[in-house]
Amino acid sequence: MRERLLLLALLMLGAAPAFAENPAECRVAESLAEPSFRLPNVTRALAAKRLTILVMGAGSSQLPGSNGPANAYPARLQQALAQQLPGVDVKVVTDVKPKRTASEMVKALPAALSAAKPALLIWQTGTVDAMLGVDPDQFSQALDKGITSAHSTGADVVLINAQYSPRTESMIALATYVEDMRWVALQHEVPLFDRFNMMKLWGDLGTFDLYSATKKLDIAERVHDCIGRLLADLVVAASKPEETPTNGSR
Amino acid sequence: MGPVSTERDLRLDLFRGIALWLIFLDHIPSNVVNWITIRNYGFSDATEIFVFISGYTAAFVYGRAMQQHGFIVSSARVLKRAWQIYVAHVFLLAIYLAEIAYVATSYDNPLFTEEMGVLDFLKNPDVTILQALLLKFKPVNMDILPLYILLLLWFPPMLWLLLRAPSLALITSATVYVLMWFFEWNIPAYPNGTWVFNPFAWQLLFVFGAWCALGGAQNLSRWIHSPVLVGLAITYLLFAFAIAMTWYFPRLAVYVPKFVGDAIYPIDKTNLDVLRIIHFLALAVITVAFVPRDWPALKSKIFWPAIVCGQHSLETFCLGVFLSFAGHFVFTEVSNRVITQVIVSVAGIAIMVAIASLISWYREAERRGGGPRPPAARPGYAGGDV
Repeated sequence: MRERLLLLALLMLGAAPAFAENPAECRVAESLAEPSFRLPNVTRALAAKRLTILVMGAGSSQLPGSNGPANAYPARLQQALAQQLPGVDVKVVTDVKPKRTASEMVKALPAALSAAKPALLIWQTGTVDAMLGVDPDQFSQALDKGITSAHSTGADVVLINAQYSPRTESMIALATYVEDMRWVALQHEVPLFDRFNMMKLWGDLGTFDLYSATKKLDIAERVHDCIGRLLADLVVAASKPEETPTNGSR
Repeated sequence: MGPVSTERDLRLDLFRGIALWLIFLDHIPSNVVNWITIRNYGFSDATEIFVFISGYTAAFVYGRAMQQHGFIVSSARVLKRAWQIYVAHVFLLAIYLAEIAYVATSYDNPLFTEEMGVLDFLKNPDVTILQALLLKFKPVNMDILPLYILLLLWFPPMLWLLLRAPSLALITSATVYVLMWFFEWNIPAYPNGTWVFNPFAWQLLFVFGAWCALGGAQNLSRWIHSPVLVGLAITYLLFAFAIAMTWYFPRLAVYVPKFVGDAIYPIDKTNLDVLRIIHFLALAVITVAFVPRDWPALKSKIFWPAIVCGQHSLETFCLGVFLSFAGHFVFTEVSNRVITQVIVSVAGIAIMVAIASLISWYREAERRGGGPRPPAARPGYAGGDV
């Protein structure tokens, strides 16, 4: 994994600072947030000046404490999007509960989709499946099902993979699940927000001390802030109208 | 048909030794030295090499024992070996539990609340330890030994068949592999899921290794050295290499035609994907074509460290698992700078070599001073370990 990051870090040196307003610590991982596929439903929603996003996730999509909800990445995403998209009514709805596997979230998905009617589903998963050692086939099938059901309601999908957690690295076999998510994302042509490699890059370069045994929330909040901002960058970049001078057929 | 060659093929020890080093390196998470391991450049990895060679040497050693002493005695030896591996597995488990318990009591970062849930099993150690003894609870990176135990339990009847009707044995093994895909056979794991290395799948490589040892390799040698096959193998390795590059450079992924992606993904390690088998076979063809059995360098000092590790594979493997825990511990507690990672990796391999040569020396000394034992009673020695 590290080797990929070093390579990406090298590639990144050549990349232009496209989103200059992000703090430097976030920008370190910017090239990893480049979208691989487009989000046509979000493009349409932006044209209509109304964007609703549903974040479906497990424990790593929240922070503890009374300020947790405001500092976790879904709220940071909403704020960053509102800044980048003036005039658009941005709403981020969350369905986040710890210890949920992908299959469990797929069961909760139809109700959440029909309640929120989002143009975009941001789906964070993988950690709990890896911890429980869920059959990777079942995991992939759950991803398939979730993406298909979101698409059928007219929502685009962005997947978010597991966090990079150095202390538990030798106890949770994340690799299979991280790879599976990449393959499923590729097959369905949905963007993957590579949180795992971003955090790994931050850890490797010393941007954030992820080894720290601290109980304080400061690093956790800064990491979530960056994730929210980079996620916003990805959503905006993937939903820009196609580069044609006229916006005739979208 | 019986064991054809009487002298051990040093290439087996060499490549098993190298596979053990690679497994050690791959088991240290976030290790920059992982760059060099073969899993980054194609579909298969060191596990295939290890399982194949283990099958090969098992047939080599126990095949001779079965011919000389019959089914019962040789089967008893195989079972004794399985028991040794079981004990080794339990020993590693104890070390692993100590490491986990340390992390659980010393670490509490709010960013990783969810991940710390992996330590929840410490809350009911009675169930966990019992499940571990039943080989159902297998912590990360401790999957190979349980696989090895089951492969050995299955081995006596397979060996019996291999010695009488080798083709039939190979067909039986392949049939089990195919049926496994049809009926999705695997062994349940605890707390849920299945074994990471599906024994119904991986037995194919083990039995294939055994089949090669008992004369199959000789029958194949005409094919293996044909330029067409070598060409095909090189082509396939290049293809796998190109696909592997798209994993590191996501931008390249768009150049993989959709039908290719649909056809190859996911590449299933648990059930030993056909793509992985072919990748391993291609590597084996290239190796056999370019490294002759009587290559003088095999007896030189350069390869001796890997060969000695390969000859004491169980000890070296267990040590490697322990050292990879220790290495990761150094990264988290002391430093995870690149230089530390390189030092930890090199030091780990040096320790593996040192212990393996100590074992070699001790066996030699024991054999010389141990009184008049018939050499046939020590099947493990002449060929090293199984």
